[in-house]
Amino acid sequence: MSGKSLSEQEGLNSVPNAAARISTEATITRDPAEVRVGSAAGTGEEKAMSLVESKDLTKTYQAGEVEVKALKGISFAIEPASFVSFVGPSGSGKTTLLNLVGCLDKPTSGQLRVVGTDVATLGRAEGATFRGRNIGFVFQDFNLIPVLTVFENIEYPLLMVECCGARERRERVETLLEAVGMADQKKKFPSQISGGQKQRVAVARALVADPKLVLADEPTANLDHETAFMVINLMKSLKKERKTTFVFSTHDPKIVGEAEIVYTLEDGLVTNLEDRRAGHA
Amino acid sequence: MLNIVKIALRNLLRYKRRTLLTSLLITIGVLAVLLFSSITGAFKSLMVGQITDSMLGHLQVHKRGYVASIDNLPLHMNLRPKEMETIEKVLDALPEVEAYSPRIKFGGMFSNFEETTNIRLNGVDPEQEILTAPLLPKRMLQGAAGDALLRPGEILVPELLARGMKVKLGDTVVIVATNRDGSVNAQTLTVRGVLEGISGPGGRDGYIHIKDARTLLRIEKKEANEYAVRLKKADDLDKVHAELSAAFAGELNKEGKPKYEIHTWEKLSPFYNIARMIDVMTFFIKVMLIAIVLVSVMNVMIMAVFERMKEIGTIAAIGTRPGKILALFLVEGLSLGILGSAAGTLFSLAAIFALKVNPLSFDFGRQKGLVLSPTLDVNEIMIASVLVVLVSALASLQPAFKASRMEPVTAMRQV
Ligand SMILES: Nc1ncnc2c1ncn2[C@@H]1O[C@H](COP(=O)(O)OP(=O)(O)O)[C@@H](O)[C@H]1O
Ligand SMILES: [Mg+2]
Repeated sequence: MSGKSLSEQEGLNSVPNAAARISTEATITRDPAEVRVGSAAGTGEEKAMSLVESKDLTKTYQAGEVEVKALKGISFAIEPASFVSFVGPSGSGKTTLLNLVGCLDKPTSGQLRVVGTDVATLGRAEGATFRGRNIGFVFQDFNLIPVLTVFENIEYPLLMVECCGARERRERVETLLEAVGMADQKKKFPSQISGGQKQRVAVARALVADPKLVLADEPTANLDHETAFMVINLMKSLKKERKTTFVFSTHDPKIVGEAEIVYTLEDGLVTNLEDRRAGHA
Repeated sequence: MLNIVKIALRNLLRYKRRTLLTSLLITIGVLAVLLFSSITGAFKSLMVGQITDSMLGHLQVHKRGYVASIDNLPLHMNLRPKEMETIEKVLDALPEVEAYSPRIKFGGMFSNFEETTNIRLNGVDPEQEILTAPLLPKRMLQGAAGDALLRPGEILVPELLARGMKVKLGDTVVIVATNRDGSVNAQTLTVRGVLEGISGPGGRDGYIHIKDARTLLRIEKKEANEYAVRLKKADDLDKVHAELSAAFAGELNKEGKPKYEIHTWEKLSPFYNIARMIDVMTFFIKVMLIAIVLVSVMNVMIMAVFERMKEIGTIAAIGTRPGKILALFLVEGLSLGILGSAAGTLFSLAAIFALKVNPLSFDFGRQKGLVLSPTLDVNEIMIASVLVVLVSALASLQPAFKASRMEPVTAMRQV
């Protein structure tokens, strides 16, 4: 799985296929750290550091009297520059998991490190800053800021992280507008563009601050098939270009086909892991 | 920061009607406060000006106990030459004092050879009196030619008395007065002018020359029972009062009490209480303004936060720090306040200008056709604006704080 991509980057020769090993051994999740160390042996601890590392992650919601165990112990690792998908039926815990990875919510137990930071330690304001710097978000209903134009929506995260001067901001936004094919619409407001266009703007907004990780919870659920494919392919090509890791959730089997690494979630547990690149290696 | 202001303003524009209604409400509140304080301020300064500039002066110095028994205009509390010298020395030394006028106030009988009635008179030195009460000549309804206010042998008769006794300019009248020893003396005088009556103590007094007063009352030396004092700036009232009190502190009478008493016009004129009441009303109108701003801004901001949950969740998720979210809503509420107070100030200025073009005249008691010239004090504008802006910030604080504390996940779940 993830160890694979790292070794490829490092130019190492093929190593045992971790993903294959897991899926052949059992459909139960393995400790990814173990897998990684085994597969990326010799590359050094720091370099082997995953972008996201989760161990025995659980999340329990208190809905009135009842406890809902949304995640029941999930372990995985996501390596830089990968294109990962979590699939599963509605209620399987995809949103819950992505919220945890996105530092929008705190796990009930277990460990979760995102970009080297233990998310449990982040306070409210720190969390916001951390997300602004390291994580981009694409939402199911686009969630653009209605009072800002397309250009301003994409620019917004740069203002929040106070990254750069006006000129660099403009350049970055223009580049992304170009990349998502929305340059001619930049002066329009969200209410004036279509859903697919909105999601392309959202993808640009998620990428503008150069995050290491982009999380997209069912980004295509509100789009028709054709548009959905376009958005997924856009993310894929941007991933290649920018070496950004994309993690998205979906329950649409056709869209899943576009992912390189697919985790299947069922009832709060990872039941399957598939690494499509393994076949190509 | 600029971006926060931009987003806040656009959000206000997004709900045009609500923004318009709320700022209209604030506008009306500001307009009410500014107009009320401007018009009552004009009324107050007109009345106070009349009282101090045509009658009382700003301060008065008497022998101790005189004001308490002023209704019977006693003569046994006259200030003696030595005492007058002391008082004048003190007054001359104070830079804030513009002028002063010694007066002999007394009661007597006024006769037109057919009828006789009571009259209260002020014996004054015309030159000093004009400097101390510069508006006195303006009260002259009819007056003989010449620039002197009054010459020896002449009398200024109050309007009502002149009408009742049917005396005209140039008529000869007789004044009869009892002097300190109880003996009676009379003097014939020519009517030089008729004085408009004004409200307040001394508003219906006649005036004669101080020399005539001394002759009539058989006072040989220089004497007076009142010093009216005019200040260069009315605002120095309390300061000069304190300075005079200090200067006279060493002057004690036989009982070891201070020899002189100093009163400000506020203590002497009942109008002061009316002025105070007007101030209280202004205060309550300001309280109402605060209430209006507080309730309307808070209402709008609570709605704004409620409606924009999902947006709040989104911007929080993509890295907006809680402080910025707080600022965003604060600025929005603040802008409403600024908008309202700016519009209110503009409308007030327009209204005041309209009043300048078409002056407002009114009657107060027996005084007819008083003309108000309202002005807008920069201070009042500042106070009203700062008040509105502060209160609107305060009103947005709670909703803004709520927005900033929202969990992004919870907020985004809302539709
Ligand atoms: N805030 C919440 N309170 C209570 N239960 C929740 C909450 N969010 C999610 N759940 C429950 O947790 C489970 C997983 O939900 P979710 O992560 O939204 O799944 P998915 O995104 O795969 O549809 C579901 O049973 C859901 O009802
Ligand atoms: Mg979901």
